[in-house]
Amino acid sequence: MTHTPDTAVGIGMPAMPAPDYPADVRARLDADAAELVARYPDSRSALLPLLHLVQAEEGHVTATGMRFCAQTLGLTGAEVSAVATFYTMYRRKPSGDYQVGVCTNTLCAVLGGDAILDALHEHLGVGDDGTTEDGKVTVEHIECNAACDFAPVVMVNWEFFDNQTPESAKRLVDDLRAGRPVEPTRGAPLCTYRETARILAGFPDPRPGAVEASGGAGPASLIGLRLAKGEAGAGRVVAPRTADHPAGERPPEHLSAHDAPQKTSASDPEHPAGPVSEEGEG
Amino acid sequence: MSVVTESTEPAEPDGPSGPGGPQTSPEKLLSPVLSAFWDEPESWTLETYQRHDGYQGMRTALAMPPDDVIALVKDSGLRGRGGAGFPTGMKWQFIPQGDGKPHYLVVNADESEPGTCKDIPLLFANPHSLIEGMIIACHAIRSSHAFIYLRGEVVPVLRRLHHAVAEAYAAGYLGKDIAGSGFDLDITVHAGAGAYICGEETALLDSLEGRRGQPRLRPPFPAVAGLYACPTVVNNVESIASVPAILHRGKDWFRSMGSEKSPGFTLYSLSGHVTNPGQYEAPLGVTLRQLLDVSGGMRTGHRLKFWTPGGSSTPMFTEEHLDVPLDYEGVGAAGSMLGTKALQCFDETTCVVRAVTRWTEFYAHESCGKCTPCREGTYWLVQLLRGIEAGKGTAEDITKLEDIADTINGKSFCALGDGAASPIFSSLKYFRDEYEAHVTGGGCPFDPALSTVWADQSPQEVNA
Ligand SMILES: Cc1cc2nc3c(=O)[nH]c(=O)nc-3n(C[C@H](O)[C@H](O)[C@H](O)COP(=O)(O)O)c2cc1C
Ligand code: SF4
Ligand code: FES
Repeated sequence: MTHTPDTAVGIGMPAMPAPDYPADVRARLDADAAELVARYPDSRSALLPLLHLVQAEEGHVTATGMRFCAQTLGLTGAEVSAVATFYTMYRRKPSGDYQVGVCTNTLCAVLGGDAILDALHEHLGVGDDGTTEDGKVTVEHIECNAACDFAPVVMVNWEFFDNQTPESAKRLVDDLRAGRPVEPTRGAPLCTYRETARILAGFPDPRPGAVEASGGAGPASLIGLRLAKGEAGAGRVVAPRTADHPAGERPPEHLSAHDAPQKTSASDPEHPAGPVSEEGEG
Repeated sequence: MSVVTESTEPAEPDGPSGPGGPQTSPEKLLSPVLSAFWDEPESWTLETYQRHDGYQGMRTALAMPPDDVIALVKDSGLRGRGGAGFPTGMKWQFIPQGDGKPHYLVVNADESEPGTCKDIPLLFANPHSLIEGMIIACHAIRSSHAFIYLRGEVVPVLRRLHHAVAEAYAAGYLGKDIAGSGFDLDITVHAGAGAYICGEETALLDSLEGRRGQPRLRPPFPAVAGLYACPTVVNNVESIASVPAILHRGKDWFRSMGSEKSPGFTLYSLSGHVTNPGQYEAPLGVTLRQLLDVSGGMRTGHRLKFWTPGGSSTPMFTEEHLDVPLDYEGVGAAGSMLGTKALQCFDETTCVVRAVTRWTEFYAHESCGKCTPCREGTYWLVQLLRGIEAGKGTAEDITKLEDIADTINGKSFCALGDGAASPIFSSLKYFRDEYEAHVTGGGCPFDPALSTVWADQSPQEVNA
């Protein structure tokens, strides 16, 4: 396996020419690349897929990988590295087998994403973008991943782990480090980061059952539909966050607080018990 | 303490132009079309889709001359669901015909606007609605090669798209001579690599051409010089996925929902401190109050403080906007934008300065760097906001925030800059006192622990 220093991506000092892939690796990548390039009217369009492909080969984008992209597409090294450094999904240094991304964009952060990220940093003893000593887990914060109705959201190798808490996230990384199988709430049983990168390059997941895994839509995606079908009882659906009571399976409960102006435990300190008794009735 | 949303009065009858009053039952308020069978065990398969009228709209369209398809979509009044609400049929009509160049359809599946979470669940549960819509759109604009630009960070969705496209080829809905019509179409699924700006349509085209995703100067518009400098339509996932039902059930059916200028159904995404976050498909023009009424309201014991009608780039609203009709005109008249219909709801435990700081950090991180007002402005906004949030700000910093936002807004190269200014302006408009409290009080008066989803599950916090 080739290894190149991080400086290869940097600007400034000209880097030494990157070593080539060994001949057998090169032949395999050439065949893959030809398949990807053929999907586009203009070969350069295959650059993002090819960068995913070389990331699948080595776990991050190396100088060797960029050189391969440049040679395949007839681009300069500078053209390729300008692109590779623009996009956040291309890693520029070796990282863990499992990339654990905690969403800390506003909505998830407020609902608990910040607390989850803090808990993971403390639990694993690594900082943001840090990798555990065993090389298994890299923790980072990520931006909104289009799953806000499942907040707080954690992604592992870009599979969804919805409705997380600090405790569930700590269990998750412990399982990953111990090699125990973990299943996303939406997505397929985890493969390694490199295998994930190959899917991103454009090669369908070869594992039987991967497409079907975790079933149809997630619970939050179905809430409106169930209401519209009268299944959950008007205004009485159950939060998907209560994991042991999927929507529609719990008996009708109280309607919760109105959205309109009203007193709350914060604004109405004389009646702190209000929400408590309601909560208890569920 | 039990203000219930339940009503003992009969629901008001639905008017021809939209849902009834606030007492409407969920069955009447909501109108699942795209999401109608997401609860089927294998909703994403071709087989399930075909059991639910799948590929019927395509058959109707392929039997029509392309220009008639464009006219029908135009008459239906369908407007783009990617944020700006541009009429879809009109966009297709702009494609020059007989120009001898290839034409392209590029579907924008980059969905990265904070709060936005509709296209991803749609593609996960029902990818064939997009593929069918693409076939219809390509027939209309005379394109034989279309692309789906999917953000990379959603591998489960990528899997189902790969699978659905393969199924469609196997069924003869893609490839040569589709369903015996003589029409050919290939679809390429393309995964992005993490950059919000690639959702901006011209940056998306540069990215799809294998470059850094940076916006292009317009004109020329993509309809004239888009992908590979050829005529190109860029449409949002939901826009295209809405087309098959229009072809199959007709424009009058579509127009029976929503309003004259904003007809049809759409996905509203409710998130945040609500009892039941999720997707709610309804006619355009419902209000947040109606959606909260039928869905269980804000979480127990809390009240709405601020919300976004269509993602973080749309100016925020407060309680006073609960009855604003959520269509393009209604939200515009109230001073914001319908955007992506990402209804992020925050309750009174949430610090607005914290929320805006985090969004601004996002814009600074995602600014592509091409133009100075956005690149430099978002950086300085973050510095000021972090200072204010930490209690180290001054009264002048608040004025400075406004000045910088003003320098970015309308003076940036693309709409990302305007989006970055929106939360600043709107939060200062409604919550200036909260910024001042951070300055005078020397810090944040809020306890972030109270805003978490698990806050109310521990007894001592409920009693706080
Ligand atoms: C910064 C920025 C990000 C955007 N992100 C998206 C996106 O993720 N998806 C999308 O459909 N449109 C996005 N848009 C809007 C697109 O530029 C474009 O208007 C839209 O794709 C057109 O599709 P429609 O007419 O079907 O709505 C974004 C715009 C900006 C300025
Ligand atoms: S406004 Fe921001 S994102 Fe848009 S071109 Fe300028 S720097 Fe790039
Ligand atoms: S804010 Fe976390 S998924 Fe949207």
